Amino acid sequence: MAFKSEELAKAYWRENIGLVLKLLAVWFLVSYGFGIILVDWLNQITFFGFKLGFWFAQQGSIITFVILIFIYIKRMAALDNKYEVHED
Amino acid sequence: MDIQTLTFIIVGLTFALYIAIAVWSRAGSTNDFYVASGGVHPVMNGMATAADWMSAASFISMAGIISFAGYDGSVYLMGWTGGYVLLALCLAPYLRKFGKFTVPDFIGDRYYSQTARTIAVICAILISFTYIAGQMRGVGVVFSRFLEVEIATGVFIGAVIVFFYTVLGGMKGITYTQVAQYCVLAFAYLVPAIFISIYMTGHFLPQTGFGATIAEGVAGEGQYLLQRLDGLSEELGLAAYTSGVKSKIDVFAITAALMVGTAGLPHVIVRFFTVPKVRDARRSAGWALVFISVVYLTAPSIAAFAKVNLINTVNGPDLTGVKYEQAPSWIKTWEQTGLITWEDKNDDGRMFYSGDERNEMTVDRDIMVLANPEIADLPAWVVALVAAGGVAAALSTSAGLLLVISTSVSHDLLKRTLAPNITDRQELMWARIAAGLAIALSTWFGINPPGFVAQVVAFAFGLAAASFFPAIILGIFYKRMNSTGAIAGMVVGVLFTLAYIIYFKFMNPAANNAENWLFGISPEGIGTLGMLINFAVSYIVHKLTGDAPQATQDLVESIRYPKGAGVATSH
Repeated sequence: MAFKSEELAKAYWRENIGLVLKLLAVWFLVSYGFGIILVDWLNQITFFGFKLGFWFAQQGSIITFVILIFIYIKRMAALDNKYEVHED
Repeated sequence: MDIQTLTFIIVGLTFALYIAIAVWSRAGSTNDFYVASGGVHPVMNGMATAADWMSAASFISMAGIISFAGYDGSVYLMGWTGGYVLLALCLAPYLRKFGKFTVPDFIGDRYYSQTARTIAVICAILISFTYIAGQMRGVGVVFSRFLEVEIATGVFIGAVIVFFYTVLGGMKGITYTQVAQYCVLAFAYLVPAIFISIYMTGHFLPQTGFGATIAEGVAGEGQYLLQRLDGLSEELGLAAYTSGVKSKIDVFAITAALMVGTAGLPHVIVRFFTVPKVRDARRSAGWALVFISVVYLTAPSIAAFAKVNLINTVNGPDLTGVKYEQAPSWIKTWEQTGLITWEDKNDDGRMFYSGDERNEMTVDRDIMVLANPEIADLPAWVVALVAAGGVAAALSTSAGLLLVISTSVSHDLLKRTLAPNITDRQELMWARIAAGLAIALSTWFGINPPGFVAQVVAFAFGLAAASFFPAIILGIFYKRMNSTGAIAGMVVGVLFTLAYIIYFKFMNPAANNAENWLFGISPEGIGTLGMLINFAVSYIVHKLTGDAPQATQDLVESIRYPKGAGVATSH
């Protein structure tokens, strides 16, 4: 057991799941939300030469995905340190 | 120097580079290939993963499909990148902590069952095989153009090269070769895109270029490029570029199948088993997506530019059609491969491309990226470079997949399950036989493809989504899931998906339309439904048969935090 107590193990897992769910909510919003479900509505807005929904489907969602993973990497490293379960 | 000679030189040089790197990095690390790649920095590993990942489908076919499908092509862009978020957040770190090499190993050990392992092996072979069939088509397209032969001959030549490359080279684990392949591939993809963007819109970045206004001296100057494309599409009876024709549910289902499938592909998952630490598994996934995005953010701009250029070249700036005698040479060279055809229906000697009865051209989508530099009239070395990039993409991925197939047969299936007593020599022989059979079958599918490259590949994702993804997710996040549930889920999920694809693509292609589809979901997207069925069946069967043993639940607990992850062990 890497954790000092059962409670700490549970707390770590809870925080981990919480973070993952938050990030996946954004993941869902930019791709399935903005890029698919709301695409026609967003397409009424044009910025530069792009219709906004179209832009999210072909550019915006991908850029967001990259940012999400790097937030995850950073936040998980902090979480591992907090619960002292990081690698040496 | 003509294009063909230049192509030979540039493709030859890149080959020499890969072989040199392979020889050099091999000499430095005679110990196990897997562990050798363990010392690689996450950025390098990310780059290698990106090269492994981006196949002929990404390089050759994707921009072409987007070019013809417009908004509907977004499913590939979102699907093939969004999966990395799932991979990084839900799979990679835990599988790395688990510390085994192959997906069947995880399934077999987590579900304490040889049956589960065997089913996982069969799924892995099936998925890799479907995937490689798509690659062979891509290789064939490249070779047929640059050797100026029929597509079937091109596929055959490509198959022979891939076979020798895999069986003799054994490239797996030689991460630095893949780093070089990524550089060639990305460079070859970006250079023409930047050239064309500057020419069409004056923008250096293709990503902003395709949203900009058309530059002076190009047909439609001053208009927004995408607006012009929508306008042209309407005039020519094609679907509007920035909005699609596919139903929302189908777009949703295909995107989901591709995303979840990405996270379930055995040859992708394997890459995260071999980094030294759990933290590196997360970082590798992040960097892989950065490098993949370089290409994927460029693809939609290439698609839009290529479409405008194609219409301008064939129909002329005034949309009356260009005389065939004045057609640029690329049309004639591609005609020889049979991938472009022109039929003068109204006998006016002029070519015309449209979406209605006036149309006289058939243009295979798979040629758009390869022909793009020629369409835009770029220098011959750029054309040759793109060919080298296409070959790099197709070869690196095919070789990796062939190794997954041959090790699955010889190691996971024979040595670990059916015939534990075979010698190393026999094991190696079986690996080669499996590779030979796989390549023969995929050559056949490459010549008679049931769809375009990216579509064939899409089926592999559907199968991965319906088989592995639920079993792995439940294995990590639901520790009480038992073997009976997981096995039932995998079997039902994959059989359902496979049956649906085979029925609509092979048995009854005439019925392959939205009216006959289940909930309006096409065979490309059915993996999403297969995945949901897998989850449901697993859960119900688990509820009827009781929890996994305590030892397994403890094992699952232990993969949930990074501390104590050793180097991956073979068995």
